[in-house]
Amino acid sequence: MIRVPTLAECLASGKTPEILFWVGCAGSFDERAKKITKAFVKLLDNAGVDFAVLGAEESCTGDPAKRSGNEFLFQMQAMTNIEVLNAYEVNKIVTTCPHCFNTLKNEYPELGGNYEVIHHTQLLRDLLEEGRITIVEGSFKGKRITYHDPCYLGRANNVYEAPRELIRKLDAELVEMKSCKSRGLCCGAGGAQMFKEPEKGNKDINIERTEQALETKPDIIAAGCPFCNTMLSDGVKNKEKEDSLPVMDLAEMIATAKDL
Amino acid sequence: MELVPNFIFITIVSVAIGFFIRSINQIRHNILLGKPIDRSDNAKARWKNMTRIALGQSKMVSRPIAGILHVVVYIGFILINIELLEIIVDGILGTHRIFAPFLGDFYNFLIASFEVLALLVLISVLVFWSRRNIIRIQRFWKDEMKGWPKLDADLILYFEVVLMSLFLTMNGADLAIQTFYPDASHYIKAGSFPVSQFLLPLFENYSLSSLITIERSSWWMHITGILIFLNYLYYSKHLHILLAFPNTFFANLRAKGAFVNNPNVTNEVKLMLDPNADPYASPDTDEDVEKFGASEVTDLNWVQLLNAYTCTECGRCTSECPANQTGKLLSPRKIMMDTRDRLTEVGNNIKSNKGEFKPDGKQLLGDYISHEEIWACTSCNACVEACPVDIDPLSIIMRMREYLVMEESAAPMDLNNMMSNIENNGAPWPFNQQDRANWTKEI
Repeated sequence: MIRVPTLAECLASGKTPEILFWVGCAGSFDERAKKITKAFVKLLDNAGVDFAVLGAEESCTGDPAKRSGNEFLFQMQAMTNIEVLNAYEVNKIVTTCPHCFNTLKNEYPELGGNYEVIHHTQLLRDLLEEGRITIVEGSFKGKRITYHDPCYLGRANNVYEAPRELIRKLDAELVEMKSCKSRGLCCGAGGAQMFKEPEKGNKDINIERTEQALETKPDIIAAGCPFCNTMLSDGVKNKEKEDSLPVMDLAEMIATAKDL
Repeated sequence: MELVPNFIFITIVSVAIGFFIRSINQIRHNILLGKPIDRSDNAKARWKNMTRIALGQSKMVSRPIAGILHVVVYIGFILINIELLEIIVDGILGTHRIFAPFLGDFYNFLIASFEVLALLVLISVLVFWSRRNIIRIQRFWKDEMKGWPKLDADLILYFEVVLMSLFLTMNGADLAIQTFYPDASHYIKAGSFPVSQFLLPLFENYSLSSLITIERSSWWMHITGILIFLNYLYYSKHLHILLAFPNTFFANLRAKGAFVNNPNVTNEVKLMLDPNADPYASPDTDEDVEKFGASEVTDLNWVQLLNAYTCTECGRCTSECPANQTGKLLSPRKIMMDTRDRLTEVGNNIKSNKGEFKPDGKQLLGDYISHEEIWACTSCNACVEACPVDIDPLSIIMRMREYLVMEESAAPMDLNNMMSNIENNGAPWPFNQQDRANWTKEI
């Protein structure tokens, strides 16, 4: 049993944690994404990272509102969150969601929220490089893994390598899809599409992307975003491959490799 | 009598340049109908961006075939225009190959390289034409390319074929005169003709006067063709040859994921959150209430309008767009074409109504761009990444969503539900904020 401290508790006991883990709405409520949250927390705990969460004081960053065109709601959310974060004098934030990552990193500073924001794949890479996490026997050794670039991590913020380094560190074989990195195809969830039915077309975007992933004949599809994870899992189900082809977050893969 | 050709030449060039300046002023006027946006920061990075992307064509070559062919045509275009300088001086002074005596061997080298480039341009243009008309690459046959845009694209290629052929014919005839009639007055022995030398056998039995007629008419048609092409730019999609430079200079330099925070909204939200604000204070009536988002070209900023004129309809954005790839109505290229077409229409309206816009019952959103297109976007930035000249269709789409949501309350039902969830409980789903940390009890 790992105790996850909140910033309120830390403040009460006079502690200032090194880093805030911004869990995000998916990571807090979505059954699938909660598994990613837990895997990541186990890794943080294992590496002895001094972290805390906001708990009930966390609220949506406003990303889906902004991408839907509701700038009012976005800025209301942003300013309320910034008030909380600044009150706790937060300096550094890690998040498992590229949408939260992008919004906190790029859209909060203008509104008064200045923090060092990193994606969990970047933190995990650093922890591995510093030797704070070690992978002894790679249970992923030799497995074919294809990695799906989340738009808001890749193109939006040029983070392409950290997640790939993690796959290499697992001793797995990284196989790229035909559109990858800066030309990676969206999973179909971005721009608030996650929360609505798609417009009329001849195919769903997540099916198209899943087909690209299947072309690489992977053993595992790796993702770095809870929404991409949902979209690709649905795509794999649609192809009736859910029993043989797991869609996993990189945090889950490392936690599994460490048998956490 | 002797000076008649010089006079005709100067008149043609002056008229052509005059018309061109008028077109440029119209474009400038139209672009400045956009809202202000400050892009005067970071000049060093901006010069670098322009040098790398516009001058250095760095984003073109991400697709190697089209990219390399384009680089050939681009270098050909720039270098062969050095020849234009000589043509203009010759035309004004009534001389022939005036630079030759000054440059000596270097002149021969220049003419030789122009010839090689002209041939390479011809080949590239033929490949371009085949890609559009024989291989029929999909992105050239999307709905928005039907009619004028398709004809426009082909016309530009025909223009280039004609101009290059005239250039080579002119040189070939000149070489024939130099070879078969070495004593002909006016025609000095100058230039090296690695390509047009192959035309020599064709000219073998021609009289001197026929050769001079061929050489002169090619010369005149070549320069007139260039001037017509220059003035055709305004009516075509081809303005990128000029506007790619300012467009990459003024492009967004921030991370692609950083969307603009609307400052008018910031003021209002600050007021709403400020416990000391007087909710009954009378509003500032002097200021116009700013419209949120964009439904018309004049709601966009001038960089977005510059983007629209810069677009050359290559369709790389559309071919990378996940919505378009899966058969949705959205095509980022169409967003840019519609913006440009509507802007031209608004600009002409203002021009013909003495500087005032006369309402024509139309606007960009609704009459050109449909709601369905706007809502199909995943904001993935693939279109922005794909554009070889840094055009940003996504920012226009986002401004239109702002208009639809904040001015018209016209979001799709599902999104309204999501937004009211965020408003009420701080998450896009209907979960209680107090339960956010429930997962901590499960590990």
